[in-house]
Amino acid sequence: MLTKEQIAQRIAKEVKTGQYINLGIGIPTLVANYIPQNLDVVLQSENGLLGIGPFPTDDNVDPDLINAGKQTITLAKGSALFNSAESFAMIRGGHVHLTILGAMEVSENGDIANWKIPGKMVKGMGGAMDLVASADNIIVAMQHCSKSGESKLLPECSLPITGVKCVKKIVSDLAVMEISPDGGFILKERAPGVSVEEIQSKTAGKLIIEGDIPEMIFD
Amino acid sequence: MIDKTVKNAQEAVADIPSNCMLMMGGFGLSGIPENCISAILELDIDNLTIVSNNAGVDDFGIGLLLKKRMVKKMISSYVGENAEFERQLLSGELEVDLIPQGTLAERVRAGGAGIPAFFTPAGVGTEVAEGKESREFDGKTYLLESWLKADFSIVKAWKGDTAGNLIFKGTARNFNPLMATAGRICIAEVEELVPAGELDPNQIHTPGIYVQRIFQGVNYEKRIEQRTISR
Repeated sequence: MLTKEQIAQRIAKEVKTGQYINLGIGIPTLVANYIPQNLDVVLQSENGLLGIGPFPTDDNVDPDLINAGKQTITLAKGSALFNSAESFAMIRGGHVHLTILGAMEVSENGDIANWKIPGKMVKGMGGAMDLVASADNIIVAMQHCSKSGESKLLPECSLPITGVKCVKKIVSDLAVMEISPDGGFILKERAPGVSVEEIQSKTAGKLIIEGDIPEMIFD
Repeated sequence: MIDKTVKNAQEAVADIPSNCMLMMGGFGLSGIPENCISAILELDIDNLTIVSNNAGVDDFGIGLLLKKRMVKKMISSYVGENAEFERQLLSGELEVDLIPQGTLAERVRAGGAGIPAFFTPAGVGTEVAEGKESREFDGKTYLLESWLKADFSIVKAWKGDTAGNLIFKGTARNFNPLMATAGRICIAEVEELVPAGELDPNQIHTPGIYVQRIFQGVNYEKRIEQRTISR
């Protein structure tokens, strides 16, 4: 099973030079730590920044510089600041190439649920609905099962959804999967030491297994 | 040049009545109008509807207004850092309209720009789409969303001049310039207020036409929610 850091590390391998990327809160934020230095990418923060830099040093903290998770940040070289309408104009307008976000559930047709548990948790969708409705490439970082062991990869989402048919790829603590255009989770890679059988038993939605499934490789 | 200055936050918010609609700039606690929130807390008003991306935290920002039960309804996109908010919401004491952040920003922008409605892809196929008109453009479905306007919009800027021109700093800009345009009366509090003519016109983010009242704020706390340091 992968740790959160390893999920982030695996997702970072999907990043290509030249991309503008939006990272969601939680595991997706960690992806920034693993993007190879030789790739030229720009991280977008929905609260109005292109070019998120590293976290600040202690004496360099500026309350007027935060990311979407409200963490203190710095500006990368060549960054630009703008208002929230401009920020979502670039998101909806298709200018952001890659969106990486967390999920509570994903369905086999690529629906995602991550904003509400009726009667229990009401945090709101933030920018997630705008992002999933707009981005061409959406990668989800998530745990394969809930704490009580129930699969979060389902035939249909049971929670209120954030967007329909939008997820392209999932990296969980057990596997890398792609969403088939015809429906189903296509198993691409296994976490080290995790068997296809285990992934199958923990995937409630349709799992498509074609040929040998390699283990993920970490550098 | 029209002088927009008022003495302080107390004077700026004095005529805000009960049952009105307020917009407040800020993302999390960054760029929130701290002075005006404190001054509103001292007013004997309630049943406010507040449009703000977030709802503060339990003991700072809009959270203070919630705790004093001055708020009837919040229109926000994300309220995750406020336990009192969540309690009032789940118990039915507080109404809330949760809307996608980009839709919220654009509805406010539209309100200030005289655009009554627009189509957006955010929320198609979700609860957000319920009861809304949808239409297909180039094979993709979009929702019709309407403008948002307020009786008062309250914003916080870094620098401003007596004519109401505003300059924001860092990511404290966020919703502030949008909300400035969509309030019938816009109140701007700034860290540094200078005479008209001293700010470089090339650098102005919000032109003074949108701002009716401006004052230099005091004692900014600028609380940080997630102080995160490089190792």
